Amino acid sequence: MELEKFSYDNGIVRKFAFATVLWGVVGMLVGLLIATQLFAPALNFNIPFLTFGRIRPLHTNAVIFAFVGNAIFMGIYYSLQRLCKARMFSDLFSNIHFWGWQLIIVSAAITLPLGITTSKEYAELEWPIDIVIALVWIAFGINMFGTILKRREKHMYVAIWFYIATWVTVTVLHVVNSIEIPVSFLKSYPIYAGVQDALVQWWYGHNAVAFFLTTPFLGLMYYYLPKAANRPVYSYKLSIVHFWTLIFIYIWAGPHHLLYSALPDWVQSLGTVFSIMLIAPSWGGMINGLLTLRGAWDRVRENPVLKFMVVAVTAYGMATFEGPMLSLKNVNAIAHFTDWIISHVHIGALGWNGFLTFGILYWLIPKLWKTGLYSKKLANFHFWIGTLGIVFYASSMYWSGITQSLMWKQFTPLGVLQYPNFLETVLQIIPMYIIRMIGGSLYFVGTIVMVYNLIKTARQGSFQKDEAAEAPALIKIDDPFKKGIRHRWLEGKPIYFLFLALVAILIGGIIEFVPTFLIKSNIPTIASVKPYTPLELQGRDIYIREACNSCHSQLVRPFRSETERYGEYSKAGEYVYDHPFLWGSKRTGPDLHRVGGKYPNFWHYLHMENPGSMSPGSIMPSYPWLLTNDLDVSNTSKKINVMRSIGVPYPDGYEEFAIQDLHAQAEEITLDLQKSGAPAEANKEIIALIAYLQRLGRDIKAKNYSTNK
Amino acid sequence: MEVIVILIFISLFIAGSFLVAFLWAVKSGQYKDTYTPSVRVLFDADDKRVDSSNKKMKK
Repeated sequence: MELEKFSYDNGIVRKFAFATVLWGVVGMLVGLLIATQLFAPALNFNIPFLTFGRIRPLHTNAVIFAFVGNAIFMGIYYSLQRLCKARMFSDLFSNIHFWGWQLIIVSAAITLPLGITTSKEYAELEWPIDIVIALVWIAFGINMFGTILKRREKHMYVAIWFYIATWVTVTVLHVVNSIEIPVSFLKSYPIYAGVQDALVQWWYGHNAVAFFLTTPFLGLMYYYLPKAANRPVYSYKLSIVHFWTLIFIYIWAGPHHLLYSALPDWVQSLGTVFSIMLIAPSWGGMINGLLTLRGAWDRVRENPVLKFMVVAVTAYGMATFEGPMLSLKNVNAIAHFTDWIISHVHIGALGWNGFLTFGILYWLIPKLWKTGLYSKKLANFHFWIGTLGIVFYASSMYWSGITQSLMWKQFTPLGVLQYPNFLETVLQIIPMYIIRMIGGSLYFVGTIVMVYNLIKTARQGSFQKDEAAEAPALIKIDDPFKKGIRHRWLEGKPIYFLFLALVAILIGGIIEFVPTFLIKSNIPTIASVKPYTPLELQGRDIYIREACNSCHSQLVRPFRSETERYGEYSKAGEYVYDHPFLWGSKRTGPDLHRVGGKYPNFWHYLHMENPGSMSPGSIMPSYPWLLTNDLDVSNTSKKINVMRSIGVPYPDGYEEFAIQDLHAQAEEITLDLQKSGAPAEANKEIIALIAYLQRLGRDIKAKNYSTNK
Repeated sequence: MEVIVILIFISLFIAGSFLVAFLWAVKSGQYKDTYTPSVRVLFDADDKRVDSSNKKMKK
């Protein structure tokens, strides 16, 4: 058989490897900064761009999409070429993909600290960046499917299937969750409101974890773990079963992020059932990975690459057991909104994604530079200090999460809350925040040691951009049993077919279903719930800009401990005008859904200027710039128009009068503040924010409260 | 809660397209052999270095 000569593109792998390391360091450093701010809030230096709310999404986006994202692409671009015995489909597309992705990361690093955000977790980037993400992702898809189609190896190794599932599903998730109507170049409102927005967001959020942090990494595990151990995967059959069961079950588990919320009960139960089912494929994968090393554990003792991979796969197993447990309602009642979840995700992020990435880097860099690893000792040091870091991080956050949750729920024998002051429960866990930061620092030190080790490794080797290879061409054998040209054509181009069908049906589905279904909502409406006034709407956008929802939920769950603390539990009908929803996922501070009317305007004024003045010991950042910044009202009528177009019933022509209403309400609040002795001015941002906070949760307190179906 | 209809529809669609892919994989004989692929990935073109060194050892 004639051998075809071609070359593998190692240049693109090197680029992604470099980006992985660079963004990994940046993302972890930002993580360290916000972890430190939680016990030393002064470390934001009163600079708006460095406040917790604004840089927490910077940390999550940097580690998920920049560090892990580039690691995925590095791993795929290396392994896909070898598995397909073909060079990447197009060098141009490879480079568009690489530079496009870095452009997205840089624009995220600029916009997020500026407060330009949609507020939806892991989808914070605004609409122009969303469009770029879609385009770059499509370039990646074309490049990947093009390579698969010109492969010289008939069988598609299981890793390729994981890569395909990643691409297909992330495409759909990104598009569906990012449907938003622009107000201006960098501001938009999602077309979904309230409960619906929450459901779409967590359908996305959950599957982002599933199909961005899990499936591509499983593909990488199935390639790099056998390579590093130099033995075949324990059971190839099991890997195939693992893949198909995982992708069929994963997509349904999203509602477990919204247990005890205003989401209909049956949807919550559906999410729980599928989450429990997920244990089976996840553990099948973990066992398959670990058993690959059967009879080779002596090599684990000596090989740092395998050490990292073993801990990574174990962390995967722990996180995927804990996840289903957390989706049980009684466990979730304790864990939700607490640091327990922070611990859970970091077992996955630091253990599974981080350690597998490190393992791959330690294996791949010497391979690409045709040399040995510079220092095995340093790699072992990295392994141990990293593992220690994870232990410190996870145990402190478990401790803190459970402690705080139990304090929230504790009643005295007389039946009143034992810790009615939320701040008490925060001060209790400050030592845990310090330990968490120490754990994170250890992990970070390990990463820096790795960077040094990898640079030294590369220096001592020689890099070859194009690696020569040869393989026989794939000969298509016609199956005499198959009949009909059309059928044969479809079967011959399965991926092409899959791709076209997906695009066609999705476009049709979105055009047909979304507007008809969403705008006329029949969520049980509450007659007294009215759209926000123009000033409140502006205040809400400041709340979004400062990402108050990073630390404050707006969802009172139907527990006695919560209704005692916050007030009436939250109803679905209260959120019908919330574009976007702002339920939050973590209570670093108290819930705010019933905060309206709880404190006087003056309290909020002083509290925003310096939270410590109202609550000594508070770890909330100060927001002095809200008192001095002028409120931008130029876009008020545009905002009203956009809101009306997505179903908020402002009367026709109201945009003309909106600005007058805004000024009138601002005047009223300012007068009240001045009476209390505050040097307030009506045109400042703080006035709008106070207006919004005082509105929160008040509608159902009105006397004519009634529900219409 | 109409958005549930959309999400279920889209999720079903994703699952459906994977089902098509699965049926294709089975029908086209992707899984006829569930052992050799796991060994084949271990051999790369650049592993020739290893091969030649082995030959030297035989000599």
